[in-house]
Amino acid sequence: MTVSDRRATREAFGATLVELANEGRDDIVALDADLATSTTTAKFAAVFPERFFDVGIAEQNMIAMAAGLASGGKTPFTGSFAVFGTGRAYDQIRNSVCYPDLSVKVCPTHAGITVGPDGGSHQMIEDIALMRVLPNMRVLVPADFTAARAAIRIAAETAGPVYVRLGRAALGPVYADGAGFELGRAQVLRRGTDITLVACGVMVERALAAADALAGEGVSAEVVDAFSIKPLDVATILESAGRTGAVVTCEEHSVIGGMGSAVAEALGEGAPVPMERVGVKDAFGTSGEPEQLMERYGLTSPHIVAAARRVLQRL
Amino acid sequence: MSHSDHVELARMCQAMRRDIVEMLAASGSGHPGGSLSAVEIVATLYGVVMRHDPSDPKMPDRDRFVLSKGHAAPVLYAGLAESGYLPREELLTLRKLDSRLQGHPDMRKLPGVEVSTGSLGQGLSLACGMALALRLDGDLDPTVYCLLGDGELQEGQVWEAAMTAAHYKLSNLVAIVDLNGLQIDGPTCDVMDLGDVREKFAAFGWTVIGCDGHSLSELAAAFSAADAATRPAVIVARTVKGRGVSFMENLCGWHGRAPDAAEAAQALEELAGEPMGGE
Repeated sequence: MTVSDRRATREAFGATLVELANEGRDDIVALDADLATSTTTAKFAAVFPERFFDVGIAEQNMIAMAAGLASGGKTPFTGSFAVFGTGRAYDQIRNSVCYPDLSVKVCPTHAGITVGPDGGSHQMIEDIALMRVLPNMRVLVPADFTAARAAIRIAAETAGPVYVRLGRAALGPVYADGAGFELGRAQVLRRGTDITLVACGVMVERALAAADALAGEGVSAEVVDAFSIKPLDVATILESAGRTGAVVTCEEHSVIGGMGSAVAEALGEGAPVPMERVGVKDAFGTSGEPEQLMERYGLTSPHIVAAARRVLQRL
Repeated sequence: MSHSDHVELARMCQAMRRDIVEMLAASGSGHPGGSLSAVEIVATLYGVVMRHDPSDPKMPDRDRFVLSKGHAAPVLYAGLAESGYLPREELLTLRKLDSRLQGHPDMRKLPGVEVSTGSLGQGLSLACGMALALRLDGDLDPTVYCLLGDGELQEGQVWEAAMTAAHYKLSNLVAIVDLNGLQIDGPTCDVMDLGDVREKFAAFGWTVIGCDGHSLSELAAAFSAADAATRPAVIVARTVKGRGVSFMENLCGWHGRAPDAAEAAQALEELAGEPMGGE
C-alpha cells in the first residue's frame, strides 16, 4: 500500500454530500461551526453555497438550527469537531433532535485521540457513549474512506437522527469500492475459530494486523467490524462469539460506554464468554503524534494481541 | 384591529386564563405565572395575526409558532384549544400519563405544536432553522413567531441565534419577549440582570418594538410593525407574571406551582366576570 492510498474518513463527508446533492437530494443542507475546511463541508459549500450555513463558533445554535431545518423538511448534516459537535451541543442533540426524532445527521470529524497534537481538550473519546444512550439516535463508526462514504449515505437515507463518527487520521483501505453496508449490520472481515476481535473505526486495520500476528502464534482470530454501534448487529456478534468462545473489543474511545460496552451488554445477556476491552482506560488524551498516542494509550495491534492472549488464558 | 376582533380576543383571553387555571389545578403541577403573562400574546397570534388552519395543522403556507419558553405549555394548549386544535375537555389531561398534553410541548404528540421545546434557550435557534427552510423553499411568505421568556434570555444560545437571524437577514422571523421581570429564584434584575433587552436586540441588528404585552391593540400594532420590518424583529412585551389572578400577580412563587382546589376556585371567581378588555 502506498501512502496515497491512505485517506481520512472525514474526507468522505463533504464529497459524499456533494454526490447526494448532485443525485437530486435537494433536501440536503449542511451546517458547520467555523470548521468547514477541516470537516470538508467546505466542499459542499463550494458547490451548493445557498444550502450551506456556517453559524460561526456556536455549536449549540448549529444543532438546534439543524433541528429547525429538519422540521421544515430538510435533511441537515452538521460538522464541527466531535468534542464540540456532540459534547458542547449535547442538550440540543438530546432535546431538539432526538426527543422529537428529527432527521438531523450529526457527523463531526476529529474524533478520538488520533487528533494528535491538539491534546486532550480536543480528543473526543466519549462520543459513542454520549450518542448511543440517546433514544432514536443511530451510531455509525466507519473504518475507512469507503465505509465513511457508505455511512454518510445511510445517514441520508435513514429517517431520524444519525451520528457518524469521522476522524482526521489517514487510514488504509479495509473495503473495496462498492462494498455493501447497512444500518445494523456488522462486517465479518476475516473468519477465525479461536477468538473474535470486534473493532470499529481506526482500530479495524489494527485488529486485522493483530489477527495476522495471532495467526503466527497459531491462534485463529475472527475479525468483525462492528460499523453500526447502534443498532448493534447482535446476531452476528453473538454467533461469532458463540463459535470462538472469546472476545476482544477494540475502539479508539473510552472503554466506558462505547462499542466495547455495547458488545459486553450483548454478550452478557446473550452468550457470556470471556472478553476484554481494548480502549482508553478512563483517561483523557494528551498532546503527541497519533501513533505515539496509540502506543501510550494501549491501542496498537500488539496491545490487541496481548489482550487476546490474556482472554485465551482465561478459557 | 376591528372592534369585534377586539371583543372576541378579549373573550378568548378570559377563556384561556380560566382554562390555564383549570388545567393546572387538575394536573396538580405546572407553571401558571409565565402562562398567564403570555395570554394576550398567544391569543393575538392565534386569534388575528397568524395564518393557520386547525383542520390542516401541516398546511404548507401556515405561519409557525415556537414556544421557546416551553414551560408555559398551558398557554399554548389553551390557545390551541380555543382555535379548535383539540377539544377543551382534553386540557384536563395536562401532564397525565398518555396525554398528548405533555408537561412541555411535544411536536410528536399534539398536532399544532410545531417543535418540541422545554430546554430553555433553544427555540430561537429552531425558529432560525425553520425560517431558513422556508427561504430555501422559495417561500418567504409564512412567518415564524418565537415566544421567549425574559429569564430565558440568560441562556447564551439565545444570543447565538440572535446573531444568526441578523446575519441571514431573516425578515420572516419575529421574536416576542414575555418581559415579566420574574424568574424562579427572584426578579431577573436580582438573579442575573438582563440590562436593557431592547438595546441588546438592537445592538444585534434586530428591529425592536416595545409594547404593553397585555394590551390587545398595542400587540396587534406591534405585530403589524414586525411584519413590515425588513430585518428580524423582536417585540419586547412588558407583562405581569400571573396576570389576571390577583394572588398570583408579580410573585415568583407562582412560577412553577399549581393552584390547589380552593385557590383555583378563587382564581376562577376572579376570572368569571367581564373580560378585562386587554387595555
